[in-house]
Amino acid sequence: MSFISLLWVLLLGSLLGLELIGKVPPTLHTPLMSGANAISGITMLAALTLIVKAEGNVPLLIIGSVSLGFALFNVVGGFFVTDRMLAMFSRKPSNKK
Amino acid sequence: MNLPVIIKFVIDLLAVLLLALGIKGLSKVKSARDANRLAAFAMSLSVIGLLSYYLGTSGIAIQSWIWIIIGSIIGSLFGAILAKKVPMTSMPETVALFNGCGGMSSLLVALGVAIFPISNSVENLNFFKSLINEVSISVSIFVGAITFTGSIVAMAKLQGWLSTPGWTQSKVRHFVNIVFAVASLIAFFDLINGNTSSIWLLVIVSSLLGIGVTLPIGGADMPVVISLLNSYSGIAAAAAGFVVDSQLLIVAGAMVGAAGLILTQVMCKGMNRSLISVLFGGSLSAQSTASSGSGEYTNITSCSVEECALTLEAANKVIIVPGYGLAVAQAQHTLREVTKKLEQNGIEVVYAIHPVAGRMPGHMNVLLAEADVPYEQLKEMDVVNPDFPATDVVLVLGANDVVNPQAKNDSSSPLYGMPVLDVQEARTVFVIKRGMSAGYSGIKNDLFDLPNTSMVFGDAKKVLNDLIGELKDLGVGEK
Repeated sequence: MSFISLLWVLLLGSLLGLELIGKVPPTLHTPLMSGANAISGITMLAALTLIVKAEGNVPLLIIGSVSLGFALFNVVGGFFVTDRMLAMFSRKPSNKK
Repeated sequence: MNLPVIIKFVIDLLAVLLLALGIKGLSKVKSARDANRLAAFAMSLSVIGLLSYYLGTSGIAIQSWIWIIIGSIIGSLFGAILAKKVPMTSMPETVALFNGCGGMSSLLVALGVAIFPISNSVENLNFFKSLINEVSISVSIFVGAITFTGSIVAMAKLQGWLSTPGWTQSKVRHFVNIVFAVASLIAFFDLINGNTSSIWLLVIVSSLLGIGVTLPIGGADMPVVISLLNSYSGIAAAAAGFVVDSQLLIVAGAMVGAAGLILTQVMCKGMNRSLISVLFGGSLSAQSTASSGSGEYTNITSCSVEECALTLEAANKVIIVPGYGLAVAQAQHTLREVTKKLEQNGIEVVYAIHPVAGRMPGHMNVLLAEADVPYEQLKEMDVVNPDFPATDVVLVLGANDVVNPQAKNDSSSPLYGMPVLDVQEARTVFVIKRGMSAGYSGIKNDLFDLPNTSMVFGDAKKVLNDLIGELKDLGVGEK
């Protein structure tokens, strides 16, 4: 990929983000923040790449593995916590008299 | 293009699409939960895509597999355990911690690539390409380090492990932070110039900058900071995407970065503060002790739970104003019992949710949803404010600054201009509060002095429990 096309990707990604998030009720801000935070753990892909390309370089393998651990901590924890919060919303309103 | 490249391309495209749909779905109550799962699915899809690509091209060494498995298991396990165990009240801290770890991950990737250049990036390395490589590594380290230390400080402050040191409220802090910033800039350019040893300087100084910038910020502003740091971790991920040449990483990082910025702006608006004043203004309480610590309370009316119950029984319309104190006391279920009783007596009950009630937007909604409060009873500030004059009783539970009339009447108050709930318009206001301590901003609340305000002192949960007893004695809700 040329640098210029990567910049285009960056620009369009940012615009997409702005547009997607534009209209959210305050109710969902905490879950949204937590969900978006989990997605930022996508840097686990970079950690994976690092490990695969390390070619037996042990210090690099360790750095990659620790990095992967941190990223997955973010991803797995983030999605679980978001789900826990949202589970409360999806519960049926209790019966009214 | 050979087959593995095509497969990876298609999977990446699909993952981006699903992630975008996931974020979009998270903005509607009905679809939010499915959307979250969709995003999680998209993330695992992206991992499968990447691994299958390497399996189809270069192959993955056994040694790599071992380290991949070790890292994934440990990280996922801790993440899952923490996510299951943590109480709902400490959501903000938890998000901060997760966020910091995301930043740390980007930092480590950049560090690894910088110290041990990946083999394929050495071939056909022209000057332009290597420059981009260095810049993205530096950005990733810089932003990643700030995200990590900033988030950890934010978490520690919210947990009460760290207080705000005195010197951070003086002008000294600007000087210190400028020194850190300039030093990181020097290290940044030195690194781009090819001086690899300055990488450690960059790591250390940007870590210190993250601490120095977050430490002076008061607890009330913390959600804004966490949201901003969330945006940073997206930027760090995008920078890491440039480092390892991954479009998927760049798109997802950019989306999160933009999302965090929007959310930050929304929160600032809710508190009537500009981002600049949040970041550089220090803690509100420190400024205000001089300017508007002027007031001693002169006209406090305190009353018993019994009186409160009697007034509630006679009411037609009751508005509940929840705040952080409710979350701390874990009193949401008890509150729900009280309101159920009132509803059974034909009293209209509504919850007024200030945009920044609690420590995060939506914090109160999550808390009340946990106690089975029907979603339709939660009213946002703009919707509920015109209703106060026609309301008989307002119950303020652990909220303070968001019901301070100073924000409307006193132009010298630091709160002035912040949108607040006009609870004083109601016939009677009961404030359930542990003592006369000030709210998070440290500012005196004029509401407490008003003649139609009565204070009910005590822990929110205990008061509400007593209230249930009193209401029972009055025969409320037992028809």
